Amino acid sequence: MRSALTILGIIIGVTAVIAMLAVGSGARKEIAEQISSMGSNLLIILPGATTAGGVRMGAGTQPTLSLGDAEAIQKECPGVSEVAPIFNGIAQVVYGHQNWSTGVVGSTPNILDVRDWPLDSGKSFTQQDVKSATKVCLVGQTVVENLFGSLDPLGQIIRIKNIPFAIIGVLSHKGQSAQGQDQDDTIYVPVTTAQKRLFGTSFPGMVRVIMVKAKSPDALSLAENQINELLRQRHHIGRERDNDFTVRNLTQIMEAAAQSTKVMTLLLGAIASVSLLVGGIGIMNIMLVSVTERTREIGIRMAVGAKTGDIRLQFIIEALTLSLIGGIIGIIIGISGSKIISILAGWTTIITLFSVFLAFGFSGLVGIFFGFYPAYKASLLNPIDALRYE
Amino acid sequence: MSFIQVQGLTKIYQLGDIEVRALNNVSVAVGKGEFVAIMGPSGSGKSTFMHILGCLDTPTNGQYLLENEDISNFSKDELARIRNQKLGFVFQGFNLLPRTSALENVELPMLYRGIASKEKKERAMMALKAVGLEDRWDHQPNQLSGGQQQRVALARALVNNAPLILADEPTGNLDTKTSAEIMEIFVKLNSESNITLILVTHEPDIAAYSRRTIKFLDGSITSDSQ
Repeated sequence: MRSALTILGIIIGVTAVIAMLAVGSGARKEIAEQISSMGSNLLIILPGATTAGGVRMGAGTQPTLSLGDAEAIQKECPGVSEVAPIFNGIAQVVYGHQNWSTGVVGSTPNILDVRDWPLDSGKSFTQQDVKSATKVCLVGQTVVENLFGSLDPLGQIIRIKNIPFAIIGVLSHKGQSAQGQDQDDTIYVPVTTAQKRLFGTSFPGMVRVIMVKAKSPDALSLAENQINELLRQRHHIGRERDNDFTVRNLTQIMEAAAQSTKVMTLLLGAIASVSLLVGGIGIMNIMLVSVTERTREIGIRMAVGAKTGDIRLQFIIEALTLSLIGGIIGIIIGISGSKIISILAGWTTIITLFSVFLAFGFSGLVGIFFGFYPAYKASLLNPIDALRYE
Repeated sequence: MSFIQVQGLTKIYQLGDIEVRALNNVSVAVGKGEFVAIMGPSGSGKSTFMHILGCLDTPTNGQYLLENEDISNFSKDELARIRNQKLGFVFQGFNLLPRTSALENVELPMLYRGIASKEKKERAMMALKAVGLEDRWDHQPNQLSGGQQQRVALARALVNNAPLILADEPTGNLDTKTSAEIMEIFVKLNSESNITLILVTHEPDIAAYSRRTIKFLDGSITSDSQ
């Protein structure tokens, strides 16, 4: 009974450690997934803000980015591996008697590389398609579901804004973006087709966004600087004036988020460790009581030849056993607890082998550490005093 | 050279400012296979003498040779080894481990000698047989009578084949009939196995079983009758 209560402290501690780490690493994994679903090493260039009568209209309102800018970045910035200009809009899409409203993205073939987004079937459009503004498209999974159901969309003709487009490829499933948008609800067409045939613009060659993939995570800030410099030059921006575009480093933002989750996890883990520590002190308490209560037993053992080390070992093993039993029960409860959390709260929880070993090892250490003092105390007893103890 | 040789043994307890001389310059020799009874009133030093002989306590002064080994200066762990290999104890209060079977109680001294569990079990059963308790091997101390508990304690003292058995008022908690039974086992062990027996008692009829009686008073030996 008393041992059970002592173990409880360790159980709670280990459970807390496991559950906290599971929630923490679950959150980290979710963020990591969002980062990679965006595309890795990604820079996004947005056009600048217009000012109409003193009112500044916000990023993207000024048509300052062009296809030429995208090509120049590709050619002249050594830190950049892929560049994809984007010109997009919303359009009604019709197939047979089904219709669906979706975002249509005009871009170049390398958008798929930039966003790390492989095709499920079919093939991508080519640079040739971009040059001649062909009416071909790649459709996302959500669009496929809504227009085709279970039919194979490959090779079918859909009408976007009443213009017939041939489906030449189907995008693989991508899921939600960091902002919670359904990234599969999209259609990709050549950027020139979008500009000329779908969403006419009074500024020929203008694009809404340029997506850039840097060569490596380390090259991100280098690429950012090169792009800034190049675009300032191309846009003839004087030394004193602000940029008419914005470069955003999404990966960096996400990594910051990941970092903060990591700190959070550490914090939660630290709090959980405190309860382990408290559990350990409980074990020490009970072992000290046990040493006093069993003084006579210690005396008997010494009288028949137990050495100092034998007595010490016995009490350390007892403390270790208590804490390891607590640790095992705690691991079981912790694992099932995290499963319950992920079902009830809908959070991703991941139980890593590391956290299990950590919790188990920690509870073992607690047992040895807090068992040592009582064991040491017991071993110091004089055999005759211990035997006479009532 | 005698089996036990004690020379000028003195034990002084410091109780606050007062010095208590529990043993005062005691010298005695006990031969191999002797059966000695130690008598004396309470506080005469006979128990202290016994504890020092049993390596449970160390003398303040003097020399104690056991089988020509000077144990007066042994460390705690060396004394533990002597207790384990050369000594067996029988106490007045039995001193068995509670909630532990008779067999495991008897196995205890072998646990600290690192003997394999199979041999441990065999030897413990043999020791229990020697005291006539082999059919009670799985009983716990609280399921045994006083006499039976003392016999388990005796088996425990025998199990490591110790040449010396020290008994501190072994019959103090037993009735006359059981006392006689226990004493007969002692006598049998002494005569058949040539085990040296030293027995502390204050009952003259228990002391009568021995062949030599040493009387203590105020920390000194007053008489030694062969």
